[in-house]
Amino acid sequence: MGLETEYEIPVLTTSAEFMIQWARRSAIWPVAFGLACCAIEMMATGAGRYDMARFGAEVFRGSPRQADLMIIAGRLSRKMAPAMRRIYDQMPEPKWVISMGACASCGGVFDNYAIVQGADQVVPVDVFIPGCPPRPEALIYGIVQLQKKIAASKLDQTPKVRIA
Amino acid sequence: MTAEEIIAAIAPAVPGATYEALVSTDAAVTPTILVPREHILATCQALQGSGLEYVAFSDVTAVDFHPNRSPRLDVVYHLVSPHRRQRVRLKVRMATEESIQSLTSLFPGAGWPERELYDLFGIVFDGHQDLRRLMMPEDWEGYPLRKDYPVQLRKDAQTYMPLQVTEEEFKANMERDRYQRQTSPAGKK
Amino acid sequence: MGWGGILLLAVIGVGFGIVSVVISRFLGPRNPTPEKLAAYECGMPPVGDARERQSVKFYMICMIFLLFDIEIAFLGPWVLALRDLRWPGFFQIVVFFLILFVGYVYIWRKGVLDWGPEYDPDYKHAPKPGPAVVKRYRYGTRN
Repeated sequence: MGLETEYEIPVLTTSAEFMIQWARRSAIWPVAFGLACCAIEMMATGAGRYDMARFGAEVFRGSPRQADLMIIAGRLSRKMAPAMRRIYDQMPEPKWVISMGACASCGGVFDNYAIVQGADQVVPVDVFIPGCPPRPEALIYGIVQLQKKIAASKLDQTPKVRIA
Repeated sequence: MTAEEIIAAIAPAVPGATYEALVSTDAAVTPTILVPREHILATCQALQGSGLEYVAFSDVTAVDFHPNRSPRLDVVYHLVSPHRRQRVRLKVRMATEESIQSLTSLFPGAGWPERELYDLFGIVFDGHQDLRRLMMPEDWEGYPLRKDYPVQLRKDAQTYMPLQVTEEEFKANMERDRYQRQTSPAGKK
Repeated sequence: MGWGGILLLAVIGVGFGIVSVVISRFLGPRNPTPEKLAAYECGMPPVGDARERQSVKFYMICMIFLLFDIEIAFLGPWVLALRDLRWPGFFQIVVFFLILFVGYVYIWRKGVLDWGPEYDPDYKHAPKPGPAVVKRYRYGTRN
């Protein structure tokens, strides 16, 4: 970025990549994917006291086709895994995934047959947030970390190998 | 009513059944009766009769006593009489190879609890129209809540489902997942 | 003189929509996969076709909306312009009303406007309870 001072009006120059990534990270809309108790904390984060809309997550879209972020909030059970994969597939690029809580990150306290031990066995995850459940401040910190990751990443997010 | 009074009231209606009053810590609220496996349907019909009126089905669940007791399963029914505001608990001891009569002809609300027991314990209910797995995926093998099941099972998560299913395929899948009583003794797991 | 402004409004409105779609079609990345294009049914595989018969009650709601909402929406500007329109304007709005009146008679006779029985605090017209017939729900059927 540079500030051109030769002209009368001040002009900032920057790269298209910077602007596009700024636009993408500043208005990142989650798809409503609350599975279990972490969903309550996600709702609390979206409510008035810890407002997630300040950070760009303005609305939780009902349809994955209108969202760019999937916050996996809660235990991912084995029966739910293909449904979650299908919803992830139906999100258009660019898309990111936050795994919220211990159960989504690694299976949490549930070391058994019914819970998938880590949602990253099913979808590629960008940010893991520990906690059981993570406080709203922790979820906001995770979203801010994701925004920093988007700021530092390249523009083209097309997967080089076909996933599925 | 205590358990003995309930047994005295229904014993004439169900000939050949030997009931037993069991002790429980909440016997004042929920008297407990041990019912023989073959007479459970007749017992529930008798309990629905006048005077007792246990017309509401609350829950059915099961307990597995695997290495410790010979009839290893204990199926527990909870019935409620909203008219008299009383509850009763019926226990049935059975082995895993045996099957038990379904209560769906008396209480349609027993449908899914019995499906849950089939799914998690492998208890087969005769006369149930729709005995499929409820909580585990349809092609799961094994009955998770039995005491000899490996709880810390590691398995790859299934990530693919068909893109489109026609109605005939959907109904055929349901028929396939349903417990088939007449094909083989073991049926579909 | 006012028509130029309305034309500009229409052009900008329609043009904005067209330009957004066209630009995103050409500048946006396209990575279609079969899973991404599949029909959305909350993650489950969709069963059957979506082109099914719908109930006629949605058509009735549409008709009520036309009658009461769209008519009022046209009545508003007509009221403000009546001084300039004078008698021809009056007859034009009467014709408009008569056309919609046909639809009003239709929904009135179809019973769509009936919300419930008359106010009857003393239960004078209450229906008598019939014989106690218990219609059992048979589990596993679709009755």
